[in-house]
Amino acid sequence: MTEVSSTRSVKARCGSFLVGTERGVQREGFQVAGRSSTAGSMSAAASPQGKFTLLRDTGTDGSFLVHHFLSFYLRAGCKVCFVALLQSFSHYNIVAQKLGVSLTAARERGQLVFLEGLKSCLDLLFGEEEPSGEPSPLQFISGSTSNLKALFDFVRTSLTPADSASWKGPVLLVDDLSVLLSLGAAPVAVLDFIHYCRVVVCSQLQGNIVVLVHGSEDAEDEENDLVGNSLGHHSDLILWVEGLATGFCKDVHGEIKIIKRLSLESTEQDLVQVYQYKIQERNVTFFARGLSAAVL
Amino acid sequence: AEGVVCGHDLFVASAMEPPDNILKVKTHRRGKDILIDHNYLEIASPTTSTKFGHYYDISKTMSPELLQSIKWHSFYLPEELSLEPKLKMCNMNCGYANLLHSIQRVIYQEGFDGSHPQKKQKNILRIGIQSLGSLLWGDDICSSDTPEDIHSLTKFLYVLRGLLRKSLSACIITVPSHLIQNKAIMERVTNLSDMVVGLESFIGSERETNPLYKDYHGLLHVHQIPRLNSLICDVSDTKDLAFRLKRKQFTIEVREAVLFHYFEPKRWNTWENRPTPTSLELEDFLVFHFHSSLIFFFLITLAVGARQLLETREEHLSSRLLILTQAERLCMGRRFFTAFHIFNELPCKGYGLSLFSAKASTQRGICSH
Repeated sequence: MTEVSSTRSVKARCGSFLVGTERGVQREGFQVAGRSSTAGSMSAAASPQGKFTLLRDTGTDGSFLVHHFLSFYLRAGCKVCFVALLQSFSHYNIVAQKLGVSLTAARERGQLVFLEGLKSCLDLLFGEEEPSGEPSPLQFISGSTSNLKALFDFVRTSLTPADSASWKGPVLLVDDLSVLLSLGAAPVAVLDFIHYCRVVVCSQLQGNIVVLVHGSEDAEDEENDLVGNSLGHHSDLILWVEGLATGFCKDVHGEIKIIKRLSLESTEQDLVQVYQYKIQERNVTFFARGLSAAVL
Repeated sequence: AEGVVCGHDLFVASAMEPPDNILKVKTHRRGKDILIDHNYLEIASPTTSTKFGHYYDISKTMSPELLQSIKWHSFYLPEELSLEPKLKMCNMNCGYANLLHSIQRVIYQEGFDGSHPQKKQKNILRIGIQSLGSLLWGDDICSSDTPEDIHSLTKFLYVLRGLLRKSLSACIITVPSHLIQNKAIMERVTNLSDMVVGLESFIGSERETNPLYKDYHGLLHVHQIPRLNSLICDVSDTKDLAFRLKRKQFTIEVREAVLFHYFEPKRWNTWENRPTPTSLELEDFLVFHFHSSLIFFFLITLAVGARQLLETREEHLSSRLLILTQAERLCMGRRFFTAFHIFNELPCKGYGLSLFSAKASTQRGICSH
């Protein structure tokens, strides 16, 4: 593999990142500046399917990646099941509108299945019994079961294509798997859930999964690290977002490490790339280390 | 105090002492009385409600008339437990379960979640919870390395977050983090909160005698700022914050000597007389006093979704930062108190909550967010 084509394949896997000239090209809300590679952007439909992407953030907030993937896949016409555990629907909707996608419209036309964890939890605890008899996806919180089967069933039923569906590949997006640990799920149960989802979504339905695992710099939460590292071993692509080691900076908000597993079977080294980024209102700018616009 | 001045409803929860003492009043003791702490006062002339924040004089108490003008609810754990000792909710600690039920009941009955659309006047509920996670709430995370149930507190916070997100309320919680040995819990708690602020006092530490810190009584650490409804958050340029307590005021300042000359709060009789921002764009301060060498984390969960329910921009009711209404009594031997210059810096477009009430003018400070 020549260098150029390996770069191209990396960009293809990354899918969402656009690589352009020094000036950078604005697209899909994210841009990469300062790169001289010739590879172009790939749409979600052309990128390989059945991939598992892990988003990890330590010491900083990596939720901008979740917003990006959400708007990216919706714009590409995929059916998305979004398990949003940490924030409300309106939060994601407002940010998505800035990135050019309307979640309300997507939900209405059936392209987006949105599980609002906070609301579902309240319905479970304070609401009346489900009239339809279906168990709540977050049933494990009430302590009646210790596994996440109800959540998996929810994901499976929402992504399994119905007869009239014409969406491109299904996508499962999970915002913050660490919340499940806080709510009392054992790490093994969380890993089992992800495993079942992979079997259904990645293998059977040829869809993609994107999962965010939030950690902290001190890494004191062993269960969280266990889940994060274990998923990392099984991921095709890891996007690791960290704050700068030297502290807070106004122009560079953090560093992102892109780790691409070339092959799970072979012994080739993973491809690692490091960029720094700055988050703006409607956009995130990526640039090579030390080449922030404020410096140049 | 800010809630009283702005006419919001209050919900005060405590396991340590009757909420009455938190807002002390001579006459009424029970029922829907407002209690104000004897250290906790308000200045005689609150300014108009369009400006954010008010000044409070800690040496006086709040006038009862002002207190009676608002509605408040209290939750005193020993009393509530005696009424419903067996309340269980998803394997959570009994005290927390009771508190959640109580908050949910208040939110529903008073219509803060939009369940009574016929109510003409929309209001905000400010919730204050004292010393969550301490032994008095029945949780042993403060007293042992391997607590029996490490998920109670985080489950509670998650459900509380859900309640706040769907109602017009804001909540401030104090947590005795210095007592919690298990760091993993603090990480999870931080992850579940919108804003996390820590106070570190110099008393009892070697910093007390350090000449660098001689003008201050402690440091203020901002651990997390909410990033709501936006990709970015409003991060202040100044990270080095310290606080000090004077006889009548508690201030938070940027810890640089040169800046002090620009800000002498006692000269500010009214809002109009305050010094204008310099070219450095210094901001107002919030003053805290913190007299023990303990680090307290204030976890504040904000109700963002509620914002859409409100029509009036001036209200900015979606999220308010209540800076600590009272310090950690349990750790403080002496009577200690603070007046708060409470911020009501609310994100209009959800750019996050700024700890500092920036330029007072509503155009810049509030609406620009």
